[in-house]
Amino acid sequence: MAVSEVQGIKVWQRRDRNKQLSIWFGWLCGVALFMFCWKYISDATTWYFVVDAPRIIGDITSRMWPPRFSYMSELWVPIWDTINIATLGTLVAIVMAVPVAFLAANNTTPSKTIIRPIALLIIVSSRSINSLIWALLLVSIIGPGVFAGTLAIALRSIGFIAKLLYEAIEEIDTNQVEAISATGAGQAQVIAYGIVPQILPAFAGITVFRWDINIRESTVLGLVGAGGIGLQLSASLNVLAWPQVLLILIIIFVAVIISEWVSARVRHAII
Amino acid sequence: MNSTLTTTRTWRKKPVVESARMRWFLGIGVALYLSTAIGSMEVNWSRVYEGLDRGWAFVIAFTSPDFAGRWSDIRSGLIESLVMTVTSTAIGILLSVPIGLGAARNIAPRPVYLLCRGIIAVSRALQEIIVAILMVAIFGFGPFAGVVTLSFATIGFLAKLLAEDIEDSSKDQLEAIRATGASWSQLMNYGIQPQVMPRLIGLSMYRLDINFRESTVLGLVGAGGIGATLNTSFDRYEFDTAAAIIITIIVLVMIAEYTSGLIRTRLQ
Repeated sequence: MAVSEVQGIKVWQRRDRNKQLSIWFGWLCGVALFMFCWKYISDATTWYFVVDAPRIIGDITSRMWPPRFSYMSELWVPIWDTINIATLGTLVAIVMAVPVAFLAANNTTPSKTIIRPIALLIIVSSRSINSLIWALLLVSIIGPGVFAGTLAIALRSIGFIAKLLYEAIEEIDTNQVEAISATGAGQAQVIAYGIVPQILPAFAGITVFRWDINIRESTVLGLVGAGGIGLQLSASLNVLAWPQVLLILIIIFVAVIISEWVSARVRHAII
Repeated sequence: MNSTLTTTRTWRKKPVVESARMRWFLGIGVALYLSTAIGSMEVNWSRVYEGLDRGWAFVIAFTSPDFAGRWSDIRSGLIESLVMTVTSTAIGILLSVPIGLGAARNIAPRPVYLLCRGIIAVSRALQEIIVAILMVAIFGFGPFAGVVTLSFATIGFLAKLLAEDIEDSSKDQLEAIRATGASWSQLMNYGIQPQVMPRLIGLSMYRLDINFRESTVLGLVGAGGIGATLNTSFDRYEFDTAAAIIITIIVLVMIAEYTSGLIRTRLQ
């Protein structure tokens, strides 16, 4: 709280002068950085296209409408594939993420100096790389198809699930663990009866949340050839079949809303 | 007492699902789904087997990533990604603040509230890549389409969390400011802003992080950034270049995550 005197009248200001000045300086730097970056973007942009955008939007909308519902018959299998990619990918990710989470948590890791950093590195690498990049990589290694998509989803999800799970493990109530180990339980029994019951709700919540995200991501994996409805999307885009594109977009929209609803319901029931 | 001592009773863990019928139903359902799902997945094992060599070559490539060969491509791609990240986060924040204010039930009138919640819902439901495809179709190839995409995606994230934070903010402070006869803008400035600012900065840093990660794939659909370079290197099976790009992305994400974590803990 700073009060300054202007012509004998006390005036209240929120911050004193130095703090105000440093905040202004911060803003100046931020705005300068933004303008610099904007200049770069602006130079790389063909402004003619941007000015022309409203006409293009009108043009595309008129080409899109109405959606071609007869195309639906060819979409049932891709939809089934998409759901499978997300679900099986999540399951594979769980199998791999649970041990990683136990190795990464401070209170359960067998070795803080060697194993924990390795587990954390696995988590960071898996999280930093988008599932589309994983898919790109797997398609070039094991060929296009649903299998590559499932693995891509799984590899991306390991980091997410393991990170949230190991944070949950680190936050458990130690009294219960102590009580179990006081009965003479072994290491495995402590984990099974002392730790697992405590993290089970968090685990279920994390899994369903990730499944919801995976449904979204698996809809676009087809763009790089990794199966699912994205294959039809990219095929339709390539031949500029806009009514089919619109139908696929509507399906993806509906799928996302349903999966979000399911995951919200399940998480609500658990917590 | 004696009789209880002689009979041994063993304790068993309570099952997760109480009713036995429900357990069977769930078990059979899951087994059925898994068998049909795995059965419908066509895996070309000979192709996978062939690919193992290439997979191994890729793993090996991580030990000798080739930064030098295509350095100019990597450099310009990365700079483009970073520039897109900064620009789109800044624009996203600028748009999110008014929309977030509008989407907070306790300060916005009903029609404004519904409109802003609608914008947020649409932004959250549309995936970045799909938006990017449409933006590329509208604005043409290049980073501008990517910036528009990421700014739009930022709204769904930032405005939603900001609105929730405003709804959770203390009423007493608002009332106190209002009692001094403050105008609407003064109310926002002195009543709301100090309460939500730390969280807003934290979320913005987090979003900066997410936007960088997303900007690395937008190139796949022609919306600028490092993704295009990565795609080309995979297409040519230049795994050492791809490894170099991926390592750079991981390192940059780690730096971003670490700094944003540092700033967030200092603010709280």
